[in-house]
Amino acid sequence: MASYSEAQNQAGNQAGNQAANQAGRGSRTIQLISFTVGNEEYGVDIMAVREIRAWSETTPLPNTPEVVRGVINMRGAIVPIFDLRARFGMPRTEPTKYNVVIIVSVASRIVGILVDAVSDIITINEDEVRPMPEMEQVSGIGFMEGLITVGERMVGLIGLDRMFSGRMLEAAEMGQRPLLAGPSAESAGAA
Amino acid sequence: MDDLQQFKQTFFQECEELLGDLEGHLMALQHGEGDSNTLNAVFRAIHSIKGGAGAFGFDRLVAFAHIFETVLDLMRDGRLQPEPDSVALVLHCADILSDLVRAAQSDSELPLQHEEEGRKALIALAATIGVNADPHAADDELAALDAELAAQAASVAPPEPAAEPEAPKAALLKYLVKFAPRDALYQRANEPLILIRELRQLGGFLAKADASTIPPLDQLKPEAAYIRWEFEIETDRGEQAIWDVFEFVTDDCDLEVTCLNPPAQAAAAPAAVTPAAAPAATPAIETPKPAAAANPAPKSPPVAAPMQQQAAPQQAVPQAAGAAGAGPAGAGAAGGEAAKAVRSIRVDLDRVDKLVNMVGELVITHAMIAQQTEHLHADQHPELANGLAELSHHIRDLQESVMAMRAQPVKSVFARLPRLVRELATLTNKKIRLEMSGENTEIDKTVIEQLGDPLTHMIRNSADHGIESPEDRMAAGKPAEGLIHVSADQRGGRIVIEISDDGRGINREKVMKKAIEKKLVSADAVLSNEEIDNLIFLPGFSTADQVSNISGRGVGMDVVRQNIQALGGRVHIQSRPGHGSSFILTLPLTLAVLDGMVLKVGVQSYILPLANIVESLRPEGDQINVVANASQLLRIRGEYVPLVYLHRIFKVPGGIDDPTKALVIIVEMEDGSKMGLVVDEIIGQQQVVIKSLEENFDPIRGVGAATILGNGRVSLILDVAGIKYIAEHETHRPAAIALQGGKAQPGIALAAS
Repeated sequence: MASYSEAQNQAGNQAGNQAANQAGRGSRTIQLISFTVGNEEYGVDIMAVREIRAWSETTPLPNTPEVVRGVINMRGAIVPIFDLRARFGMPRTEPTKYNVVIIVSVASRIVGILVDAVSDIITINEDEVRPMPEMEQVSGIGFMEGLITVGERMVGLIGLDRMFSGRMLEAAEMGQRPLLAGPSAESAGAA
Repeated sequence: MDDLQQFKQTFFQECEELLGDLEGHLMALQHGEGDSNTLNAVFRAIHSIKGGAGAFGFDRLVAFAHIFETVLDLMRDGRLQPEPDSVALVLHCADILSDLVRAAQSDSELPLQHEEEGRKALIALAATIGVNADPHAADDELAALDAELAAQAASVAPPEPAAEPEAPKAALLKYLVKFAPRDALYQRANEPLILIRELRQLGGFLAKADASTIPPLDQLKPEAAYIRWEFEIETDRGEQAIWDVFEFVTDDCDLEVTCLNPPAQAAAAPAAVTPAAAPAATPAIETPKPAAAANPAPKSPPVAAPMQQQAAPQQAVPQAAGAAGAGPAGAGAAGGEAAKAVRSIRVDLDRVDKLVNMVGELVITHAMIAQQTEHLHADQHPELANGLAELSHHIRDLQESVMAMRAQPVKSVFARLPRLVRELATLTNKKIRLEMSGENTEIDKTVIEQLGDPLTHMIRNSADHGIESPEDRMAAGKPAEGLIHVSADQRGGRIVIEISDDGRGINREKVMKKAIEKKLVSADAVLSNEEIDNLIFLPGFSTADQVSNISGRGVGMDVVRQNIQALGGRVHIQSRPGHGSSFILTLPLTLAVLDGMVLKVGVQSYILPLANIVESLRPEGDQINVVANASQLLRIRGEYVPLVYLHRIFKVPGGIDDPTKALVIIVEMEDGSKMGLVVDEIIGQQQVVIKSLEENFDPIRGVGAATILGNGRVSLILDVAGIKYIAEHETHRPAAIALQGGKAQPGIALAAS
């Protein structure tokens, strides 16, 4: 158990360092768009954000994990929408018209992230991004790049590249296999 | 280097076009429909290929084209008659030439003897009338010309002894030729010196250069044409020979030919011909104009295509000049042809595709607006209603125009077939005649590109299996020569291509036996004649007793079907034993748009490509049989088709479970197997614009692509092969389906990456 969390910690540290390295050495400022999922606040690099739009009904994709809400038509492009709440291992969002979809571009693809609401634009020095603390294995932690403190609030910095690395279906279903019985894993794997 | 590569590419593109045209003309020759224009066209095509090949240093190609051209020139002059034998040789040599072009294109070396036989035959043919077409002589000549050019020998040397024996004897006449090149002549990389040398070979020669219009150095434009020439030529070859020298440049110069001592009977004819033959032959020398003003056109080609203008002189010039050169024979028609040649541009396919996409968006946006305004009363908003109606009209026109841009005549694929049939006839020792019709039917370029292989396969099949040997045919009371007819036609938004032969037709007994042997059908199956015929499309099917070089490895027809279905098309065969068979191929006009059926399953709607649908029905209870307590089979006309519930496959809530209350759509897979897709209802047929799902997501089994419906919502286009795969992998676990039917548990813990 100890070695496990140690490894985690190391990963977390690496994540923090990576975030710092990505922005370059020293104290460059970065801007984040922050949003809420439940009571938690997260942020993504503003440079990746293409647009922010209200939730609209999606067309579900068959045999995809809970995280994938389906696809929407964004000016002629077919854009998949991911449910961040489900990605964190919570129940799927029950979206209303007040829910928000943040359209980001990651690795030459355009995807949407369903969140509760957009809260802020945060400008910080990159050395203010602190590595993820050592903690128990919790879903979603793998794509966190670090933590930011804004006043009294804690904002989790999401690494989009990590969240959508490789094949999206794999990224989306990560960790779901153990609980869902064979068929789902197999059919998703087949897809 | 990149530029050179680009020019090369353009050259090969042109070769492709020229060779395609060539096949058409050769077909005409073969059928005895050729006239002097046809021969001229063949000659020009070869000449253009030779010219381009020379520029890129494809020496073998040049050497062969040169001899070929020499022989064609003799035919054109009427010194060689286009006898069946010599036409056959020309056809054969055209094949060799296209091999050489392909070899040059792929940077590969053909064995040296590849063209040797054809080369020798050509030389021998030329030798029958005493002309030496030996390439080595030609090489020397070229080398000498190069040296001369390099030395910039601008003055004209005394005439060489003309090496053209056996010319038709005619009276020695003296002509005055006034030749004033325009800027364009130089821009198209023509060299007056070459023309002058050629002219000199006609006979006694006197040249005068008029350099008086050369401006002072500070006003001299390096690319302008200033020098004009007057030649006095004494020749027995007639006026036409002089015009022929300038054949490729008549549009780019002012040219005047007058006979100084016309014999009484010859005087009238040339005089009548001259004005019609050369509209450009204005008396430029008498009324000198500044060269630039006389021909401003070359200065202003469309900016988009300057590269092509430069890279394509070989093509542009022969076409334009050739048409003008054909003037004496048919000035009216040739004029039109020349105008047509100028009025086309090469456009990058990507640009056209972008346009096609944008129009697709426009169609969708329009559908959305129309749907939004549906509830408004037209009489309350007359302008809106009119505007929308007009918009719809314009969009449809626009869509058609854009699709037409991508469309190409099927001629480009058909052009390869004559050669294929010739080769097949030789290989199989059969006599086969190819007829083609509807070559001008237009299809989307992408479809055309992928049509070549299936078409080749089907022709091979017809030639190998369909057409009998000449002896068998005679015995059956048919002409010894078999016929393969390939036709293209547009019928109701689809292209129909039919390949029919008058051979023996399909031997159903043999096919059935083979199919049972290979366990493709059960021994007691009762199939209709049509169904038996179409068994040949099953994978691993081949009835050839001997595996031949041509077909019969059993990879033919199923691949054909696969290729055609990948294009959204269908293929089937009709056969009459003893009378022949026809492959009938239907293809969509374009790949950007798909004809689909909108289906409703539970709360979702999907698009099923029309090409997959065989029929739809609402089955009776007794038509449904249950096997192994899980799989349901629908019995339809003695055939058992497995039922697949789309709502179970895709886990859509609310789908109808009772097949007698739902609708069964019989779909056909690429491998020819069938499946009954159970859906709630069919909403209607619709043309949809295909959108890639993979652009922003991963491929999903059972879903081929997506589209956007009139309400702006995304709808998924079904992939029946994928659905079948899921069905086959889930029928083993009927319980799993029930489990999956429920909602997946919330609150799943996700592991960290």
